[in-house]
Amino acid sequence: MKKVKVFITLKESVLDPQGQAVMQSLHNMEYTNVKDVRIGKYIELLVEDSADVAEQVDTICDKLLANTVIENYRYEIEEEVHS
Amino acid sequence: MKTAVIVFPGSNCDQDMYYAIKDGLGEEVDYVWHAETSLDGYDAVMIPGGFSYGDYLRSGAIARFAGIMPAVIQAAKEGKPVLGVCNGFQILLEAGLLPGAMLKNKHLKFICETVDLQVKNNDTQFTKLYDQDEIIRIPIAHGEGNYFCDDATLKKLQDNNRIVFTYSGKNPNGSRADIAGIINETGNVLGMMPHPERAADALLGSDDGLRLFQSILNHWRESAHAAYTS
Repeated sequence: MKKVKVFITLKESVLDPQGQAVMQSLHNMEYTNVKDVRIGKYIELLVEDSADVAEQVDTICDKLLANTVIENYRYEIEEEVHS
Repeated sequence: MKTAVIVFPGSNCDQDMYYAIKDGLGEEVDYVWHAETSLDGYDAVMIPGGFSYGDYLRSGAIARFAGIMPAVIQAAKEGKPVLGVCNGFQILLEAGLLPGAMLKNKHLKFICETVDLQVKNNDTQFTKLYDQDEIIRIPIAHGEGNYFCDDATLKKLQDNNRIVFTYSGKNPNGSRADIAGIINETGNVLGMMPHPERAADALLGSDDGLRLFQSILNHWRESAHAAYTS
């Protein structure tokens, strides 16, 4: 099995009002050295082993997990270790 | 004219849409459950507002892959009128039937109020009964109506007169170019955040929305008549 860790972030050109609100709160807490906050999503997939896992994950991200009009994604594929 | 109102788990404006067509227009209308796969026999398709699938992942992202969606896309390709309101608009964007995407409202608030809209293009099958640049009063109710598209897409929308409604006076959600509703290239798919179905009877405070449905009906009658006589 493979564990796929998918990170989805808003594109640089897209404003993030949620991130701005969190930054404002950090400033209110006197963390004025925090200069930007961007909020994204983290998704884990557990996928059966196959030769084309990466290719599949690309398609899954393009079609469903991310909206590429406003979001970028990257992912890491790890061997799932059974404990 | 026989209309399908698509119902997803979490749709909540489906009944308003149904009654706008049934009582407002006096036309035949059915609810069509999202798991159905055919829209044969329907002349128009309405995707109502709500929170399909709890807005999980992104608004409209999960609904876009519902069983009925290939039939909705097919209906759009056949040139049938397809109207997406609020969450319906978000679903049309996710399905790629309209360009762009929705972001959270600029000030993060869920906004529920009646706003002034300007009719920017009255030469569509959805807006024929409005005057060009007319100001109409239609309610909005959304947390993610901040329409976003890149510069190239915006230019294309503007150059081809595909921005149908804009917010007039103040922009409630931060949408690009004050966009409240856009139409596709072929002019038969309209997505809009405001709710015309909630303004389809003067008893509800405004009947400005009813003319949108009447426009669709008139267009359908004219084209049905044209097909019959040709």
